[in-house]
Amino acid sequence: MNAALPNWQANLATIRALMARARNELLRVPGAVIPGVLAPIIFFLGFNGVFGGLTQLTGFTTGSYESFLIPVTLLQSAGFTGAAAGVNLARDIEQGWLDRLLVSPAPRWVLLTGTVLAASTRALAAATAVLAVGLLLGVHFPGLDGLLIVYAMVAAMTAVAACWGTMLALRFKTQSAAPLMQAGMLALIFLTPAYAPLDLLQGWLQDVARVNPATEVLEATRQGFVGGVTWADTWPGIVALAGMLLVLGALSLRGMRRTAV
Amino acid sequence: MTQRLLLNLRVVRALGMRSVRQTFRRPQLMAPIVVFPTLLLAVQTGGVGAAVNLPGFPPVDSFLQFMLAGGIMQSLMLAGNSGGIAFAVEIETGFTDRLFSSPIPRSTIVLGRLVGTGALGLFASLWFLAIGLAFGVTIAGGVAGALVAIVLSTASALVFGSIGAAIALRTGSASVVQGLFPLVFVVLFLSTAFFPQDLMIEPAKTIAAYNPFSFIVDGIRDPMISGISVTETLEALLAIAGIGLFGLVLSARALRHRVRTG
Repeated sequence: MNAALPNWQANLATIRALMARARNELLRVPGAVIPGVLAPIIFFLGFNGVFGGLTQLTGFTTGSYESFLIPVTLLQSAGFTGAAAGVNLARDIEQGWLDRLLVSPAPRWVLLTGTVLAASTRALAAATAVLAVGLLLGVHFPGLDGLLIVYAMVAAMTAVAACWGTMLALRFKTQSAAPLMQAGMLALIFLTPAYAPLDLLQGWLQDVARVNPATEVLEATRQGFVGGVTWADTWPGIVALAGMLLVLGALSLRGMRRTAV
Repeated sequence: MTQRLLLNLRVVRALGMRSVRQTFRRPQLMAPIVVFPTLLLAVQTGGVGAAVNLPGFPPVDSFLQFMLAGGIMQSLMLAGNSGGIAFAVEIETGFTDRLFSSPIPRSTIVLGRLVGTGALGLFASLWFLAIGLAFGVTIAGGVAGALVAIVLSTASALVFGSIGAAIALRTGSASVVQGLFPLVFVVLFLSTAFFPQDLMIEPAKTIAAYNPFSFIVDGIRDPMISGISVTETLEALLAIAGIGLFGLVLSARALRHRVRTG
């Protein structure tokens, strides 16, 4: 039936089908929610209980550690959900499913877009669960504009992580690369002012956090929780995400184009 | 009798060596033991280092000196979980069935896995001590203190491995054992692994006071930050013995169940 459709409609149908496949997996494999929902919530509760006293430090920008921590948790959830897209692609490569997709008339960019968009959609559901737990535990409501920014940042960060994961999956072609996919995202997100404001970080981490593009994403996500939403805190996050998406998306697409059947 | 014991020891050693080699060859088993705890140690030390200025923080040279024991503890618990996953994979693929049908006592199959996990605990403690020394940490208890920390770490890995092995034997499913991975962090966050108990907030603070894992991590930490203390070391040994007994009973029951049901 797709043969009769114009190209763009066929591409859209393929992307939708790949997204539906990813959604089905979430419903059929309960363990699939662990990386994106359960692990970040445990980290949130744990770090809040352990490091909550840090707000007593001079220079800490808020008295509510849970509000300070929730954006990190949301980005961690996005990172893990995106990395899981890479792990799933590696599994598809191992089982020969990707080969079947590659011999279909669908363009390679469509296959990649379907995978990445599916991850971003999944991340929105995961973020809602994480946010609900946070709000129940007293996290400040970021306002509607803040909430919109949070969801946009989470979706885009997941796309970045999915590009990173798929790039590695296409390079190594094995699920054994999963730790590299997860550790890469964990490092990107935690080498920021994740636990404390930038000025309170130790020398080396402060230097790394200043040049880490994820810091801008984190600050943009955090603004509504610890203060007001401003364009000045938002646009650097958008630029950082666009840059990461451009670089990793291009590398991932290159990997997809180079993958032979 | 002695010959039989020697034979069993050879089996345990061979299976232990096999499990260590298996872990080093598979990144997905090695990463939780080395990569993630090292990354978290670096990030927490850099991110929360200013906490040493909080009133009530124990006297330490640096936050890294305090956190080393937390990093080791995390690595040991994840080693137990990784060992359980590898064991469950062997059950799923039928390797354990072949061992069950060979003329060796079944307990040696579990003991071999535990010895392997213990060896990984030894490796983890050496790895983190090396990191600490490389970044300027002074072990307050000197060489003897480092040895106490290493012995406690190795024994801890062994007993954590017994819990992983018990779950693997009972369920025979790698994904179930892997699903318990977040629980490791629940236990860690509810202990003194990452922060002094007095500075934690409720309810974590109260739970950490009674959590046996707090006693173990304090036993490993004490020789590093203030020197060997008999009380802390004995409390750690008691906690290890308690968890070990629990793990061995669970493992023995799970082994019986596995042999009976196949």
